Amino acid sequence: MKIVALSGSRVGSKTRTAIDYTIKALNDKYPDHEVTLIDLADYDIQFSDGRNYMEYEGDTKYVTQTVMEADALIIGTPIFQASIPATLKNIFDLLPVNAFRNKVVGMLGTAGSPKHYLILENQLKPILGYMKAQIVQSYVFIEEEDFQRKEIINDDVLFRIDRLVEDTVILADTYQRIREEKDAQYDF
Amino acid sequence: MDKYRIDPSKGLEFGLYTLGDHLPNPETGDRISAEQRIHEIIELAQLAEQAGIDFFSVGESHQDFFATQAHTVVLSAIAQATENIKISSSSTIISTLDPVRAYEDFATIDLISKGRTEIVAGRASRVGNFDLLGYNLRNYEDLFEEKFDLLLQINENEIVNWDGQYRAPLRNARVLPRPKEGSLPIWRAVGGTPASARKAGYAGVPMYLAHLGGPTAIFKRSIDAYRDALEYSGYNPAEFPVSTAGFFYVAETTQQAQRETYPHINEGMKRTNGQGFPKQHFAQGADPRDVMNIGSPQEVIEKILYQHELFGHQRYIGQMDFGGVTFDQLKRNIDFIGTEILPAIRKYTAQK
Repeated sequence: MKIVALSGSRVGSKTRTAIDYTIKALNDKYPDHEVTLIDLADYDIQFSDGRNYMEYEGDTKYVTQTVMEADALIIGTPIFQASIPATLKNIFDLLPVNAFRNKVVGMLGTAGSPKHYLILENQLKPILGYMKAQIVQSYVFIEEEDFQRKEIINDDVLFRIDRLVEDTVILADTYQRIREEKDAQYDF
Repeated sequence: MDKYRIDPSKGLEFGLYTLGDHLPNPETGDRISAEQRIHEIIELAQLAEQAGIDFFSVGESHQDFFATQAHTVVLSAIAQATENIKISSSSTIISTLDPVRAYEDFATIDLISKGRTEIVAGRASRVGNFDLLGYNLRNYEDLFEEKFDLLLQINENEIVNWDGQYRAPLRNARVLPRPKEGSLPIWRAVGGTPASARKAGYAGVPMYLAHLGGPTAIFKRSIDAYRDALEYSGYNPAEFPVSTAGFFYVAETTQQAQRETYPHINEGMKRTNGQGFPKQHFAQGADPRDVMNIGSPQEVIEKILYQHELFGHQRYIGQMDFGGVTFDQLKRNIDFIGTEILPAIRKYTAQK
């Protein structure tokens, strides 16, 4: 199974730190799966101009293609101005409307304030749902105080990341099995 | 309808189209050469004519996995190789061509074919042509509208005076040669939404409506929107033909037709559009209410007649060669069309 861990911002370090822990958990628990990190800070990605994702060049093409080839994603996002960052929204805008069909998507959010807890519920989930993702309903929300110098110092957060990783992989495995069973029933 | 060379008393016209895709056969993994693919397209047009099919058209896509970038050249070979069948593009991406040169090509093909040539102009669903031919995708809509309008003006007037943004002005320009009957049927290609169909209506041109799959009733909305926009702009919808275009494939049974065509469509779409065709949607395509004409000859006949009843359209064209379908399979389809499908369609849609 191909899993993409996506860090959705070019600003700060909290989301990337949390995604690094997520990747470590994925590699520890599921060494056979292929895990790819996409940190949007590492790429120069153009804004969507409406073309098919295959027709972009360079970093934009690499990132969209890698996302499209994934069986499961874990998306990490900070909260900016009470929403997801434009860098992350642009990734969604670059992709087709059904981009997450047959994909499982888990989420983690980092924020400076507990007031942002429902942003993922109210803003990220509807986008993923519209794009046909199977969403892992529980997400991990991590606050400023859980970090210390690019490390997570709250064991509760680490436990929650472990559960997110397990839930994402179990759901992806399950949906894949169900889909294969169903597809096998078709007579073509 | 005369202007568009459509005789409604003869009933629904039936045609075939190819995008000119050049894809591997997913059953074997092999891909024929571009040379063979182009020759097979020309031969397919000849076989279509022999079977009594009304129309054959070739698309223009400038990117990997396509072979008919120079679609007018392929059409001129078809014009020479055939006698009676109507021929056209499907579609010509006029946005990134010079309408003067495009018209010269099509008028010449019309003379070679002795008055059988039409143009279907579209905006492109694959946009590789913009970078390759030196156009900015940001001008996607303006390029099409301006150049399509110029194409229509050249069609209506032998001498053209014209000013625009994306091409040098024309001063008393004579665009020659003229087509056999003075002008060509020029259609506007529309995909997807009723809003897109309206644009063809506002422009007062006949419409080509592409449909991949989904309930037939959904596409009725686009046709209604087109006719409504025609009326809004002061045209009489009864004078403007509508054509639909979508997947077509027949075999002895619907199951067999689905089995023979699904891998081609699924793998072909992955390569050209970046996403396959979900099996669940494809399975629904067998429903008589779905617009996808894939099935046994009898079921496809019933679907086409149902579509005709709903749409009141003048022409349906089927795409059956997408994704590396073998030539033997295409020949079997042509046999079914000639012996079963055409007689039934004409029997039930021609005026008695």
